[in-house]
Amino acid sequence: MIEIKNIEKSFGDTKVLKGISAVFETGKTNLIIGQSGSGKTVMIKSLLGIHTPEVGTISFDGRIYSKMTPDEKRTLRTEIGMVFQGSALFDSMTVEENVGFPLKMFTSKRNREIRDRVNEVLQRVNLEGSNKKFPAEISGGMQKRVAIARAIVNNPKYLFCDEPNSGLDPETSIVIDELIHEITKEYDITTVINTHDMNSVLQIGENIIFLKNGKKEWEGDKEEILETRNKSIIEFVYSSDLFKKVRENLLAEEEEEDNK
Amino acid sequence: MIKALNQIGRYFLMIGEVFYKPVKWKVMKTLIFKEIDDLIIGSMGIVAFISFFIGGVVAIQTALNLTNPLIPKSLIAFATRQSVILEFAPTFISIIMAGRAGSYITSSIGTMRVTEQIDALEVMGVNAVNYLIFPKIIAFSLYPFVIAIAMFLGILGGMVAGVYGGFIGQAEFLQGIQTDFIPYHIFYAFFKTFIFGFILATIPSFHGFYMKGGALEVGKASTTSFVWTSVVIILLNYIITQLLLS
Repeated sequence: MIEIKNIEKSFGDTKVLKGISAVFETGKTNLIIGQSGSGKTVMIKSLLGIHTPEVGTISFDGRIYSKMTPDEKRTLRTEIGMVFQGSALFDSMTVEENVGFPLKMFTSKRNREIRDRVNEVLQRVNLEGSNKKFPAEISGGMQKRVAIARAIVNNPKYLFCDEPNSGLDPETSIVIDELIHEITKEYDITTVINTHDMNSVLQIGENIIFLKNGKKEWEGDKEEILETRNKSIIEFVYSSDLFKKVRENLLAEEEEEDNK
Repeated sequence: MIKALNQIGRYFLMIGEVFYKPVKWKVMKTLIFKEIDDLIIGSMGIVAFISFFIGGVVAIQTALNLTNPLIPKSLIAFATRQSVILEFAPTFISIIMAGRAGSYITSSIGTMRVTEQIDALEVMGVNAVNYLIFPKIIAFSLYPFVIAIAMFLGILGGMVAGVYGGFIGQAEFLQGIQTDFIPYHIFYAFFKTFIFGFILATIPSFHGFYMKGGALEVGKASTTSFVWTSVVIILLNYIITQLLLS
């Protein structure tokens, strides 16, 4: 479980995070949503230790990040898996080498053991047979799956995903969302996803935090987001024509049921 | 001015970080061999080509300018040797390397920055500066070996051009390259080569590692890196020459 308490982060005179508190539970897919510039990326970078908040605490299963020694922070980093927006695969390495990289760096496993584990996770993300291919030789969706495999290969306790669906078609996005959701349950990890893809929100949003202008505006799950009366979130969620129509239909159905 | 000082300070902080918290030897060993292959072995072709022909041109230019019949022909070989050993091999080739290897280093590290590969390393807890730059520094410690070959080929090129161009006899050339040979000059040449090797590994890496922006900025960073690497090499060449030879 990751718990953040009243974190504040500024860049120069601009306050980007304004006293945010939240709990990201283990075994759940926790989503951070919000418009561009709402502070999502700064928040996830603060969780990853890339940015240091001026105020507030971040704790990983009770371990307060700001009070950790450098060695403890190093250990914590080995417990974190990260899926970047652009996959961030090492393009000089094959799929197999990319996935095996954290094991090679942080464990004393033999090459054979590494190979076995790599094959196991590649199978888990449905990428068996792609071991010897380079990132440039595979599709965007496959790259995302390799990134997920690399993130989970060392059995992380925490999985962070930054816009995991960006640049993917709707069908592949669903596959990636389902994969992240299944892995979260299977490995019992704390997953935090930074997204503004409403399909993901409605599909895997077990705990959703909506940020607006650096503040937590709303918190709930995928069912609650459909019923909320919060104006800001309605504007955000139903900003596209498709979702506007979905909402109109839902409200019409509700009205019909009420009339009955 | 403040920006330049800030950059210089950042460069030295980066150098400090290169030697801090090294990655596992098992991983580092592979990276070092890869860098030796890319940066040293991969540069041999262009270095050999340029050295051979530069040596030849130096011999021809010297021969054409020796109009006084009282000056022995062996001076052609002497001038070729001195020019190649003292300047053409260590300095001229280093400028070529700033273009060849330097641009490669900046663009490859810069692309890793743009595509979040460096962020990925840092999030995993890998000292990205050590992982990316230390193997290049070690690979460039073999740079004097490249320059030794450049020296040999430069003088060979001078001999081929001089002898087959009909400017000097082979025996005279061989006698000329042994005339007034000062072994200290070899030490001077290799000393500065070693320093230039360090510069070639670190300045392009610095420009790649701290670049911001997208693909266009990668190109700009490569150009800037080439300019600054060349400027620093030329300045250090002057300082080292002043300190060691005057």
